[in-house]
Amino acid sequence: MAYSKELIDHYENPRNVGSMEDDAGDVGTGLVGAPACGDVMKLQIKVNPEGIIEDAKFKTFGCGSAIASSSLVTEWVKGKTVDEAGEIKNTDIAEELALPPVKIHCSVLAEDAIKAAIDDYKGKTGQTDTDAVGESQDAAE
Amino acid sequence: MTANTWTQNNPLYLDYQATTPTDPRVVESMVPFWSEKFGNPHSRNHRFGWEAEDAVEIARGQVADIIGASPKEIIFTSGATESNNLAIKGVAKFYGDKRNHIITCVTEHKCVLEACRALQGDGFDVTYLHVKENGLIDLDELKAAITDKTLLVSIMAVNNEIGVIQPLKEIGALCRENKVFFHTDAAQAVGKIPLDVDEMNIDMLSISGHKIYGPMGIGAMYIRRKPRVRLVPLIHGGGQERGMRSGTLPTPLVVGLGKACELAKKEMAAEAERLREFQRRLYEGLQQRIPEIFLNGDLESRIPGNLNISFAYVEGEGLMMGIKDLAVSSGSACTSASLEPSYVLRALGVEEELAHTSLRLGLGRFTTEDDIDYAIERIAKEVNRLRDLSPLWDMAQAGIDLKSIKWAEH
Repeated sequence: MAYSKELIDHYENPRNVGSMEDDAGDVGTGLVGAPACGDVMKLQIKVNPEGIIEDAKFKTFGCGSAIASSSLVTEWVKGKTVDEAGEIKNTDIAEELALPPVKIHCSVLAEDAIKAAIDDYKGKTGQTDTDAVGESQDAAE
Repeated sequence: MTANTWTQNNPLYLDYQATTPTDPRVVESMVPFWSEKFGNPHSRNHRFGWEAEDAVEIARGQVADIIGASPKEIIFTSGATESNNLAIKGVAKFYGDKRNHIITCVTEHKCVLEACRALQGDGFDVTYLHVKENGLIDLDELKAAITDKTLLVSIMAVNNEIGVIQPLKEIGALCRENKVFFHTDAAQAVGKIPLDVDEMNIDMLSISGHKIYGPMGIGAMYIRRKPRVRLVPLIHGGGQERGMRSGTLPTPLVVGLGKACELAKKEMAAEAERLREFQRRLYEGLQQRIPEIFLNGDLESRIPGNLNISFAYVEGEGLMMGIKDLAVSSGSACTSASLEPSYVLRALGVEEELAHTSLRLGLGRFTTEDDIDYAIERIAKEVNRLRDLSPLWDMAQAGIDLKSIKWAEH
């Protein structure tokens, strides 16, 4: 299987690897996937008072596509508002990394991770706008 | 070749259970039989046929020799998949009206499992024995499974994923005692461990050319004459191979398989000793450099050219992508749409999360000590890099029991 240059670059030089303080009020954490399924993503966002995502960190257990997908979304969410970040679609991720069909689930998981992180952040700050926490549109799994 | 020449485009081959390179001495032995001595070994009327037939019969003897059989008990096939199908279906078809029960094991190669599955569709009963945590069958379980309807026991000699050696002699004795045929898929065993069909009471045995430094597309099958095993052929035609496998024999491939057996027999003892030392060096080297790794399958009852290791908290396919200069195989099947990890590892009771972190490392005739050291270095570096990326590793280090988390299975 030939992977795209973009995917390999994210796998070999993952961006924004790390962790932030789970308990901090301005940090939202999303932990999605399952070890038994072979992929787990932890994505964290740090949101400033203006509602802009200032920083994002990830850690991923999974194949190269899963690592690259999560690395990519940390780049994408930075500088976006929470609601804008919630608009990121798995199809955009899959397209950017040219994921092969059997790897589409990795992009779905990355989208789920963003939404879970946003959900967590909103829960902490008392926002219950659940509309932004829609189910992933792709039911490939 | 020195270690530092390995690259993504010229990777170090550590996948000897998938296939082996054809030994140059084997290739050399085949050369005359393409264009020069090209005769049909079944042509009885001229010199071309005779010299091809002579070569085929020498090869038949070489194949017989490595398993302690008589040349008359060997037929050539296209490979172990065909041999396994012929053994199981052929015997089932011949004797099926009297006895319709077959015993095999959950960790068999797919071709054995699927052949048995097909027979179930034809009304056969099949018992799939479980394996113990070390990958070996439980002889008491086998004994208990045998009934007066049992026709055949088919248990592989050496497992292709975890390299464990089943207790062939004990299985054979049990089968003989109960007058049940014993077939063994020995694709991964021939040339790796000593085999003797009489001592082990084996009635049928499958051999693959390309797993023993011979050519692809050729295999063989041992079929006992005393007491005689009869079977219905899968391929009908001109009645070659004593009617059990029609079709013109591919003389060059047959000669290559014979030569491969001759070399394997001659070099087996020294080769096993050399690889045993490499296996130890690799396993210990990895253990020293990487904490929390787990060997799958028994270490003692195992061919020396195999290790199958789970690198906890690092997904196998992700790991392979980082070690593209090593040609290895993953116990994770994440490339398939199913996302199911190896059924062999699952059968040992390896948990799914650990099965996803497994690599199969296969060593063989052209592996060097430098290769082993190179592989240790590369795998250790990449596992440690990916653990730094792994949320599971973080959690484990923080003392969180991963089983206490409610994961959303997807």
